[in-house]
Amino acid sequence: MDVLRKIFQDKFAKSALIVLALLYLLILCADFIAPYSNTYSNREMSYAPPSKIYTIDERGKLSWPYTYNYVREYEPALMQTVFKQDRSKKYYIKFFPKAENITGLIPRHLFGVEKGGELYLLGTDINGRDVFSRILFGGRISMTVGFLSLLIVFPIGLLYGGISGYFGGIIDTLMMRFAEAVMAIPSFYLLIILAAILPNGMSSVQRFALIIVILGLIGWAGFARVVRGMVLSIKNEDFVQAEKTIGASNMRIILKHILPQTTSYVIIAMTLSVPSYILAESGLSFLGLGIQQPDASWGNMLKEAQEFTNILYRPWLLTPGVLIFIAVLSFNLLGDAIRDVLDPKSQKRVK
Amino acid sequence: MEFLKYTAKRVLQVIPLLIIVSLISFFIIRLSPIDPLAELRLNPSISQETLDKEMKRLNLDKPIYIQYFSWAKSFIKGDLGYTTAGEKVSTKLKERIPNTLLLTMVVIFMTWAAGVPIGILSAVKKETSLDRLLTVISSIGMAIPSFFFAILMLIFAVKTGWFPVGGLTSYNFNEMGFFEKIADISKHLVLPVIVLFTISLSGLQRQMRANMLEVLDSDYVKFARAKGLSEGKVIFKHALRNAVNPMITLLGFEFAGLLSGAALTEYVFQYPGLGRLILEAVMKSDINLVMASLMMGTIMLIAGNLIADILLMITDPRLRGRS
Repeated sequence: MDVLRKIFQDKFAKSALIVLALLYLLILCADFIAPYSNTYSNREMSYAPPSKIYTIDERGKLSWPYTYNYVREYEPALMQTVFKQDRSKKYYIKFFPKAENITGLIPRHLFGVEKGGELYLLGTDINGRDVFSRILFGGRISMTVGFLSLLIVFPIGLLYGGISGYFGGIIDTLMMRFAEAVMAIPSFYLLIILAAILPNGMSSVQRFALIIVILGLIGWAGFARVVRGMVLSIKNEDFVQAEKTIGASNMRIILKHILPQTTSYVIIAMTLSVPSYILAESGLSFLGLGIQQPDASWGNMLKEAQEFTNILYRPWLLTPGVLIFIAVLSFNLLGDAIRDVLDPKSQKRVK
Repeated sequence: MEFLKYTAKRVLQVIPLLIIVSLISFFIIRLSPIDPLAELRLNPSISQETLDKEMKRLNLDKPIYIQYFSWAKSFIKGDLGYTTAGEKVSTKLKERIPNTLLLTMVVIFMTWAAGVPIGILSAVKKETSLDRLLTVISSIGMAIPSFFFAILMLIFAVKTGWFPVGGLTSYNFNEMGFFEKIADISKHLVLPVIVLFTISLSGLQRQMRANMLEVLDSDYVKFARAKGLSEGKVIFKHALRNAVNPMITLLGFEFAGLLSGAALTEYVFQYPGLGRLILEAVMKSDINLVMASLMMGTIMLIAGNLIADILLMITDPRLRGRS
């Protein structure tokens, strides 16, 4: 509790915590908040710009918020299709409209627009899918990959480092050489190779799970090395010797007495490594090797930004990048604050 | 003598490391369901003779451990096989590795030239608004995804027209004079360097700040101050030397990070480097090329760590005594 209070005293960490809480709330309630479903697509409306919402009508009076639909027109002078607002009919924004196909628990959306209207808060992508809704659904993948990978990295790293450091000698040498070899392979190269040899035709859930496993397989080695270093210094402490004399098994000593001593390091390392997994997943999906269409992730949504015309004329397609940035920044700030609080060495430094 | 012995010992340690790495990468790739010659067979311009040669070089009809040995033997000899397009893998690598080295070297040099002074500055001015500002900037630099930043830079290049969009050389590169060539390459390097520089600078600056703070807190610095030395002398003569040592170890890791970060940046900027090569190879399931570039990337990384260790040996007298 004391730790939490100290974190809350830090201005940056407090705002980071609030931002993260908000992001997770948004993606948790994606079905409710997103005006369109995960599978919605309007082929007529590919690359429509964000809908403008008006609160002051043409006579200059305050009005209930409304929007106009876009219509596509071919502009011969520019030799391209442009989107123009159809000013003939206003569509008013509605709160808590009934959902057409119920995917979430609540049979209503947070907001929507009158029947016949279209409301694209952040425009649409090449398939005419609502970018705003897809960001919420994509966040579910991008923001959980990090944590789920940690569930693989940390048990492996703790156990590996614990065994290696505790037994020492030839076991330690062999295990550490192997870990160093894994670290010596440029991690991103290994990542794309592992992702590329995944067989085709997997379901999206299987692919998601395998990507988590791959990310986990890459991160454990560095972590195991640090744990080993800590175990080396802990294993000579009196309480470990005492445990040995009363005949506790090696595994019991490692799991029950040595590894718990590393808790504060583990917590720090966990918060500080979540961002790297978020970045790795988005990089992988950006290249087309991660989460596949039609599923959304922030990385694969940015894949469209690889085209020049898109980044110049359709800047709304870049919003997932901004969200990755915000999420990673928040995790970093939070991690820094947790480290300052938990790590006595850096606490001294701060004073 | 001492120094040579240490260096030789470190170089020898690399050999088992390379063997394990080659085993890991070989089995990952070979145990995947991809037929290593499938793409070659599909390419009509590849002769049956070449195919037979590859078959023999890789011993594909033998059990997998024999395959590993024959692959390793030909790798040591420098025979890396053919790409799916029918080019020699070794020629392709020779073309790409210098480009990646050029990019990473420039970035490492610039990061050190900027990161160390900035780190010192924010450590000395600890808890001031300048330090806070630098911390905020470095947090931003650490959080921005490299490929996203690269895209933003591309928009900038297209909108202003100040920098060429992607690649390493202009189309008329071969007709240029020597100095024009250098100018052309530098112009192409600006944007990728900015992206990688920003990202690696943040980490380096923070590390330097932390090291410096730790050293400034130590007894010998307090003593130097008590002796009445000027602040400049205390920092540059006493504190800096000890704060930089841990950074040298970091140099190796930085190199690793850059190789990974460079892959995405190279991809966005269409920069002809090793990272993009391996990406393209992976997408085309060009097994020979993937294996060779993976090994090359690893060798570069290990070499980077080795150089860092040797540098540390030179700067840190304590290590010399120990070995």
